[in-house]
Amino acid sequence: MRYTSTMVMSILPEILLLILGIILLVIEPFWKGDKRRNAGKLTAAGLFVIMALSIYFGRPNESTMDEVVFGGMIRFDWLAFFFKMMFVFSAAVTALFMMDHEILGKRGESYIMLLAATLGMNLMAASADLVMLFLAIETASIPLYVLAGFTVADKKSTESGIKYLLFGAMTTAVMLYGFSLLFGFAGTTNLYALADQVVTGQLPLGVALGLFLLIVVGLGFKVAIVPFHFWAPDVYTGSPTPVVGFLSTASKAAGFAVLARLFIIGFEGNLFPLSDLAYSWASILAVLAAITMTLGNLVALKQTNMKRLLAYSSIAHSGYAMIGLVALTELGMTSLVFYLLAYILTNLAAFGTAIAFERVTGSTEIKDYAGLSRRSPGLAIIMLVAFLSLAGMPPFGGFVAKIFVFAAAVQVNMIWLAVIGILNSIIGLYYYLNVLKVIYLYRMEGEDEESHPIPLTRPYALGLVVLSVGILLVGTLIAPWFGFSNEAALNLFKF
Amino acid sequence: MIPLSWYLILSAALFSIGLFGVMARRNAIAILLGIELMFNAVNINLVAFWRYLDPTIMNGQVFAIIVFAVAAAEVAVGLALVISVYRNRKTVVVDDLDLLKW
Repeated sequence: MRYTSTMVMSILPEILLLILGIILLVIEPFWKGDKRRNAGKLTAAGLFVIMALSIYFGRPNESTMDEVVFGGMIRFDWLAFFFKMMFVFSAAVTALFMMDHEILGKRGESYIMLLAATLGMNLMAASADLVMLFLAIETASIPLYVLAGFTVADKKSTESGIKYLLFGAMTTAVMLYGFSLLFGFAGTTNLYALADQVVTGQLPLGVALGLFLLIVVGLGFKVAIVPFHFWAPDVYTGSPTPVVGFLSTASKAAGFAVLARLFIIGFEGNLFPLSDLAYSWASILAVLAAITMTLGNLVALKQTNMKRLLAYSSIAHSGYAMIGLVALTELGMTSLVFYLLAYILTNLAAFGTAIAFERVTGSTEIKDYAGLSRRSPGLAIIMLVAFLSLAGMPPFGGFVAKIFVFAAAVQVNMIWLAVIGILNSIIGLYYYLNVLKVIYLYRMEGEDEESHPIPLTRPYALGLVVLSVGILLVGTLIAPWFGFSNEAALNLFKF
Repeated sequence: MIPLSWYLILSAALFSIGLFGVMARRNAIAILLGIELMFNAVNINLVAFWRYLDPTIMNGQVFAIIVFAVAAAEVAVGLALVISVYRNRKTVVVDDLDLLKW
């Protein structure tokens, strides 16, 4: 294997993440007392710098698209790059949210875990080989298990940590069994070489579908689609809230990046007309998407806990995003990437407000949000933006994203799926507006909101403002984001 | 030479036993053991396929080595979490971990 400069460029964000992690490990022990918050500042600033450096120096171009890097282990294309930037961005915002957390913020290890998970996710988006893919998935998962159970004194956190690990390890083992059989039947571990094996009809349809089902267990767990969603509400409720924000956005997007590359490349999703295999697995996923949306939204209706509500809402959002994947078209893939971008910004903002509220009041119950508009008008307005965007209201990002996803479904004649999606958006609107009703129309007990203000610390304010501006930008200046998503989608559909 | 299918049957059996263990056992450590069995079934598959397909291509072996390295890391984290749960709750039976329920 000969050294090329593409090798460094293709893993530039990961190299920088590793360097940042090492710097943090070395410096952090010297910070005592109040200075401990510096670790969070360093991580957040470092991640934003990594993003800037990668965008400036490490962009893929036409010549690197098809180049095989590291013996075909990873790809250096727009799909990988766009997802990487999303992960690094959400890690940076999560670092800001972690800074003022009672326990996470004072421990350097939590930031190291965050960086390690981000590194794994970056590789998940880029990997083009089953070996690399497995390693990347585990690199992303194991630090997240630790983070979920990080507050060891808290019974709920440790419980959610062990539940997450047991579910995660089991589903990973099933997926890995699928990988091993896939390797055996196709004789290769490279996704792009795998495609040739499957396309030439080496594998009978039943066997290929069986392998697909085994693999979808592991990835379905990552993106929390029904029936692999059981862990999500428990883990989201118990884990430290900043971790949940990261878990429900970046980790989910990483799962979708893998789903898209693995199935569209490896299981002939990009052929036209569709083969039987592609048609079958897309139909299975379409049905799962419909069930996921409906179940997530219906159960969310009766939740009284904010984190649990957001957990079910994020399950429902996996369903919407899945519509983009099962369309198996360029528009579908574009809409998936766009949806994930809008979803990451929106959900991080929703969790950010929950984190800020929980830090002061110690509560995650929705009824305690009463009078928030008077206690902290700023927080209430960001919550309004985030929840309306989750519900899919213009002019916020969530609206445009939903339109594209449904358009993709209609374009390939999956009208039933689009109809279910739209009905679900209406159900979703109800419970999102319900929360806003509590915030804006209800008063606190005793009606003395002025004496119970909710101060926002600077990192929270910064993170929330960045996210709200992002939501508005994605929702109004659509063209550039759509363009980037389209570049990413083309990597899977153009040869 | 023993036919490839024997290895595959062995690994399928091992995988099923592991999966059954995960589903049926109530003790967190026993569940982790079940997961280990599933990982080992994968390893048998990988090494058998490597040997029978084309031993000059090392993908299968490399994959197997990575699988058990990662499995070890996963179990290390798993046991650490089990200990922290035990300190809090004085139990490692997953049925008793029911603070988080809808």
